[in-house]
Amino acid sequence: MVENRPWLTLTRHILLWLGIAVISLPIWVALVAATHPTSAFVSGILPLWFGDQAVTNLVAVLSNDGGLGVSVSATRMLWNSFVMAMVIAVGKIVISMMSAYAIVYFRFPGRQLCFWLIFITLMLPVEVRILPTYEVVANLGLLNSYAGLTIPLIASATATFLFRQFFMSVPDSLLEAARIDGAGPIRFFKDILLPLSANNIAALFVILFIYGWNQYLWPLLITTDEQYYTIVMAIKRLMTSDNGLIPWNLIMTTTILAMLPPVIVVLAMQKLFVKGLIEQEK
Amino acid sequence: MHDKSVFQHRLLPYVLVAPQLIITLVFFIWPAGQALYQSFLVEDAFGFSTEFVWFENFIYLLSDPEYWTSIRVTAVFSFWVAFVGMALALLLAAMADKVIRGSRFYQTLLIWPYAVAPVVAAVLWLMLFSPSIGLLPFWLSKVGYQWNHLANSVEANILVIIASVWKQFSYNFIFFIAGLQAIPRSLIEAAAIDGARPFRRFWQIVFPLLSPTAFFLLVVNVVYAFFETFAVIHATTQGGPGNSTKTLVYKVFEDGFIGLDLGSSSAQSVLLMVIVITLTVVQFRYVEKKVQY
Repeated sequence: MVENRPWLTLTRHILLWLGIAVISLPIWVALVAATHPTSAFVSGILPLWFGDQAVTNLVAVLSNDGGLGVSVSATRMLWNSFVMAMVIAVGKIVISMMSAYAIVYFRFPGRQLCFWLIFITLMLPVEVRILPTYEVVANLGLLNSYAGLTIPLIASATATFLFRQFFMSVPDSLLEAARIDGAGPIRFFKDILLPLSANNIAALFVILFIYGWNQYLWPLLITTDEQYYTIVMAIKRLMTSDNGLIPWNLIMTTTILAMLPPVIVVLAMQKLFVKGLIEQEK
Repeated sequence: MHDKSVFQHRLLPYVLVAPQLIITLVFFIWPAGQALYQSFLVEDAFGFSTEFVWFENFIYLLSDPEYWTSIRVTAVFSFWVAFVGMALALLLAAMADKVIRGSRFYQTLLIWPYAVAPVVAAVLWLMLFSPSIGLLPFWLSKVGYQWNHLANSVEANILVIIASVWKQFSYNFIFFIAGLQAIPRSLIEAAAIDGARPFRRFWQIVFPLLSPTAFFLLVVNVVYAFFETFAVIHATTQGGPGNSTKTLVYKVFEDGFIGLDLGSSSAQSVLLMVIVITLTVVQFRYVEKKVQY
């Protein structure tokens, strides 16, 4: 603090609280909505205080006794999301580390070409090649499978660049020392590079887990079998009801379930995640 | 800079890059090539025959007023998402940066929406704005305004912009906070000693020093508004009413998957690729400059 200005300090706190209030408003309303019966949403205005149906709604959603617009239960969809997020996060980290290691620690013909091919993926998000990518996955018979949900999203230029950057900052003396001690490339990777990368891996994991969990367009395209629905993509399906009455209480219960895992990951690993996010963009 | 010490091995590097490279070739390069190839073809309604038509798809697309509407919608939408999201994030980051007690507490409460999926943001705001039971239409009706985003295109745009900004706010906030913390305190103190008051210090010292962060965020926000907000639009307005919220990505999806118009969808994909490539090049050019500087 440069100088003391009580009014300015007060304004600061008020603005921050206003910001927090606006940011939190939808969550408050969602939490409240998840505790009421469906009949509370027929007319009038959204309830602002908690009801007593929280457990009933939660059980209804997790076991899906027919009130949800889909035939699959939220438990199953949470599992699908978890599998998708984990496979994408771990898969991306593994294959990016491998390719970054090859590009930094080896000189081989075609190295530059590999680098550029990986770089190009940065410019080709799924959204711009929706139809042809769908065709490839369909031709490989991967529709409605975990492989189809995850493998096409596993290639990652940003993760590769992050590890490349990091590996290049590792002092050469470490490699020389390891070599004198008789360590080969695999030993060096396993015993020296991997432990050194622990922080980077953890930070990247948070970001990639959220990325995988929150995928929308991709699961929407390649899952027609409800058994493979992820919870994030299914939320929209729930809003279509046959009798014209939208079951907001069940939708909000599902919505809260859908956002809880990534929010917990961010809050639990806040420091690491913020650092990782900022590093990634450098 | 001298060369990094490396291992000598004939086979291992190829084994290491193989998984990444195979996925890249099969799921990125090949489909992108297909999009490019198909953008030169016209398929008949039943998919029995295709004809090579050179740039006809592009000419048709660029003379289609609906496509221009979509371009305009995307531009307006991106502008507001980037502008509102960054302005609010900068304001609150500037406030949180100076707070001594409880700074971390404030930050935690402001960054968690990063973890929320765009579609979740969309559904939350859709409920708040629901014309029949929503809070905001209820409050607006108290002052005599009838809110209905299903019929009013401006209101539909406001809804998707608010939901998109709400989700992206945290990302901008995290980067502005980091940018602010990187500014040396001595600069601010020197200005204070020279008699510059807080607002002047902000506009004349802090703000110019934040411009690299702001530029970076601008590119990120535009990319976000172009591509990641598909979920927001799909869950709330589905491009309507009319075509008032049909962005370019939503149109590719609709023409390709619902309209099954292969040629047009591919041509649109190709134009989108050009946009992404331009944005990426701009971003990298700039980053390189920053490093030299």
